[in-house]
Amino acid sequence: MSKLDSKIPEGNLEEKWSKYKASCALVNPANKRSLEIIVVGSGLAGASAAASLAELGYKVKVFCFQDSARRAHSIAAQGGINAAKNYQNDGDSTYRLFYDTIKGGDYRAREGNVYRLAEVSANIIDQCVAQGVPLAREYGGMLSNRSFGGTQVQRTFYAAGQTGQQLLLGAYSGLQRQVGLGTVEMLARHEMLEVVTIEGKARGIIARDLVTGKLERHFGHAVLLCTGGYGNVFYLSTNAMGCNVTAAWKAHKKGAFFGNPCFTQIHPTCIPVSGDHQSKLTLMSESLRNDGRIWVPKKAGDVRKANEIPEEERDYYLERRYPAFGNLVPRDVASRAAKERCDAGFGVGTSKMAVFLDFKSAIERYGHNQAVKLGVQNPTAAQLKDFGKQVVEEKYGNLFEMYEQITGENPYEVAMRIYPAVHYTMGGLWVDYNLMTTVPGLYCLGEANFSDHGANRLGASALMQGLADGYFVLPYTIGAYLSKEISVKAISTDHEAFGIAEKAVQGQIDKFFAIKGTKSVDHFHKKLGKIMWDKCGMARNEKGLNEAILEIRQLREEFWKDVRVPGTNNELNPELEKAFRVADFLELGELMCMDALNRSESCGGHFREESQTEEGEALRNDDKFSYVSAWENKGDGKYELHKEELIFDVVHPSARSYK
Amino acid sequence: MSGNMNLTLRIWRQKSAKANGQLVTYPVKGISPDMSFLEMFDVLNEELINKGEEPIAFDHDCREGICGACSMFINGQPHGPKKGVTTCQLHMRSFKDGDTIVVEPWRAAAFPVIKDLTVDRAAFDRIIAKGGFISVNTGNAQDANNIPIPKTDADLSFNAAACIGCGACVATCKNSSAMLFVSAKISQLALLPQGQVERIARAKNMVAQMDEEGFGSCTNTGACEVECPKEISLENIARMNREYFMANIKE
Ligand SMILES: Cc1cc2nc3c(=O)[nH]c(=O)nc-3n(C[C@H](O)[C@H](O)[C@H](O)COP(=O)(O)OP(=O)(O)OC[C@H]3O[C@@H](n4cnc5c(N)ncnc54)[C@H](O)[C@@H]3O)c2cc1C
Ligand code: SF4
Ligand code: FES
Repeated sequence: MSKLDSKIPEGNLEEKWSKYKASCALVNPANKRSLEIIVVGSGLAGASAAASLAELGYKVKVFCFQDSARRAHSIAAQGGINAAKNYQNDGDSTYRLFYDTIKGGDYRAREGNVYRLAEVSANIIDQCVAQGVPLAREYGGMLSNRSFGGTQVQRTFYAAGQTGQQLLLGAYSGLQRQVGLGTVEMLARHEMLEVVTIEGKARGIIARDLVTGKLERHFGHAVLLCTGGYGNVFYLSTNAMGCNVTAAWKAHKKGAFFGNPCFTQIHPTCIPVSGDHQSKLTLMSESLRNDGRIWVPKKAGDVRKANEIPEEERDYYLERRYPAFGNLVPRDVASRAAKERCDAGFGVGTSKMAVFLDFKSAIERYGHNQAVKLGVQNPTAAQLKDFGKQVVEEKYGNLFEMYEQITGENPYEVAMRIYPAVHYTMGGLWVDYNLMTTVPGLYCLGEANFSDHGANRLGASALMQGLADGYFVLPYTIGAYLSKEISVKAISTDHEAFGIAEKAVQGQIDKFFAIKGTKSVDHFHKKLGKIMWDKCGMARNEKGLNEAILEIRQLREEFWKDVRVPGTNNELNPELEKAFRVADFLELGELMCMDALNRSESCGGHFREESQTEEGEALRNDDKFSYVSAWENKGDGKYELHKEELIFDVVHPSARSYK
Repeated sequence: MSGNMNLTLRIWRQKSAKANGQLVTYPVKGISPDMSFLEMFDVLNEELINKGEEPIAFDHDCREGICGACSMFINGQPHGPKKGVTTCQLHMRSFKDGDTIVVEPWRAAAFPVIKDLTVDRAAFDRIIAKGGFISVNTGNAQDANNIPIPKTDADLSFNAAACIGCGACVATCKNSSAMLFVSAKISQLALLPQGQVERIARAKNMVAQMDEEGFGSCTNTGACEVECPKEISLENIARMNREYFMANIKE
């Protein structure tokens, strides 16, 4: 296990990071100017890292496949960002955020990393407000908070239902400022397709200019992958259409281990699938569970409309099963409970694969509060409803609009229908405390790494992690590596390693066009998605996983024989872009199933049907599985499992109960 | 197939920036009213690929109205007939069986066509790089609640910050003016105490870059506000004019 050194600093949990910062190696300003850093990705992680590194004086190049850095998928995050500010005086602290995150992750994350995350969380809010991010405020001018699933304090900061947009635009403005100053070169509409390593170290990338098709070579003393999650391996997910695993997967094939690939998060509150034309699923922010109540009819197969079902015939199953947390149980628990009800025949809507999310009581409650606030004596029922609606609109207006847009139904009047959907991937490239992968000089930040969320991510923690990594962690930890690289002159991209890498990419392009098959890339992607959702989705079992592995292998073979990629390489060619991505998903899917098969316990988002309690709750097995699975790619579809044992000095893993 | 609408699409096809383009007619069948406009394009593209033709290139990513990538000019309106939505949020229930729908790219000198319905909007990024920020380095910030901000200001600032940078305002404007976009960013920052320090330089530099990119001038037609999917208000333009005026006085 010598290969997997997590490099967690010695010392007490509370002191690890401050001691690290006080003693880590630094690079002096003159040397920074001659050190070049490649940042792939312009989401929260990439944009924040790139701007911060450029401010420090490094020469930075940033890549993204969208037409602008501002469109990275982080833009779509809705609900909020956590930070241990304790502005609400409700008992929050760094320790509590740390504890909630470790527990929420079902004790499958490192204490050291998570504590650091909680520690820097407060700085993130300060930084964003200083940048002019208009976070929600109270009438007194102070920042407002809401609560989010899996916690009992109010520590979530937000900007209506557009928190990700506002935070990303903040990070993007910092990035553009550096572009204007000439310290960052921004290459939009560029896709990284290979990592270049020289003498075992990451030294650059091969990127394709998506407009001209030209392959480009770029050198860097270090390379940062901030390329987001791989939820689109399921085809249908809440991720943007372009989200993919390609950058991480190419790195994996060049020696970076892949951590916990099977840990995927299924989000409980999404708009249900409406037909086979569906191209993506839309999330309804989890913040809705603060005020909305989730229920199904008590009678199986009930076809009445929500409004026609009287109170006593409704089963508020989360409140019933988990009285302490009710509708605010963590995502994995809420998702499985919805699936359980639907599988048992209590689902609603035409597909019967949906449950109700109802704002009736919230509208009533807020209506009364508002009437008192406004001093309206003896308000009429209509007035109360109007008042209530106004408050709900203020909090969730854009989400309600979005729902109506998609379904054609008005959620102020009728209960929403929701169902779980793939949302986030906790797995990703394995990194140590420095955020470095197993390839020296190759770092991984944000959703693309595996590090902080264990087997389940708490709501509002991804934005926190992305910005923590980019603003406050990596700018320190990269110094430890670069301080030893100051004597390395920029390597010419004529170096043979660049040539070999470029040739490999060109080879793959030629291969795609040579197949001239009969089926579109989407055809294969949809098939893969169905295998993954059915057999490696919300519930998994040995038989299904074994079948899935065989089916994926077969599908991959078909893909390479029969895919049709139209057009040419020398132009904007979205089908070619998709082909690259799906080719990698077809390999990743198999590894996810292998990982799920290996982990025969249930933990967090990973539910193995063989491992549950009599009441159907997930049953963890700490004796056997208190480790991170880090998979090494041995080539030719072979993988070797390495285990990083998880050590808990401070919190003691216990059964995760939200009852 | 999942629906029963039959439509005639007339779509702008243009091989590359330099090539000439033209409208090409494509019939589509079996469209469901629950499909989004882009899902209808997926159906058409799948058909084209299966027939051995080239699919239509268009920008899109989030498909939920927030990334600002999608950009189709539909029957003479950016993002189509429905108010307050992006192309990806437009559903086929906004059309009738038998309709003919004309789909073109954004048209503006500052947004050259790359291919088919895809245009280059990098000019927007270059304008932001000139001043759409507050110059604060990572690590310099004071405690966030040390700067109380009246809720009304914070809300107005947020409303302006909701701009998704799609460019519909430019596409709809007969002068191809980018005023609504630029003014939204200037307003967001001018409304906040943090934005005061650089107020003057920001307005001047961003406006200068806007002119340099070849966007036209604003003649107050108000078309941009009508077509903006995020309903960014014209008041922002008034605010920006005041900022710009002030900047010139302070010169
Ligand atoms: C609908 C939705 C709502 C969410 N809401 C919340 C929330 O309320 N709170 C929360 O904490 N989290 C939320 N999340 C999760 C969170 O948004 C993401 O985990 C986070 O934003 C990821 O940020 P990132 O910087 O790691 O990656 P991303 O923002 O996905 O950025 C990836 C970047 O990498 C680039 N890229 C990828 N591959 C390549 C390549 N090969 N070459 C070049 N560039 C490449 C892309 O262009 C992009 O710039 C939500 C997620 C979704 C899907
Ligand atoms: S102002 Fe409106 S139309 Fe213009 S770019 Fe912003 S969101 Fe789009
Ligand atoms: S695809 Fe993102 S706004 Fe339409």
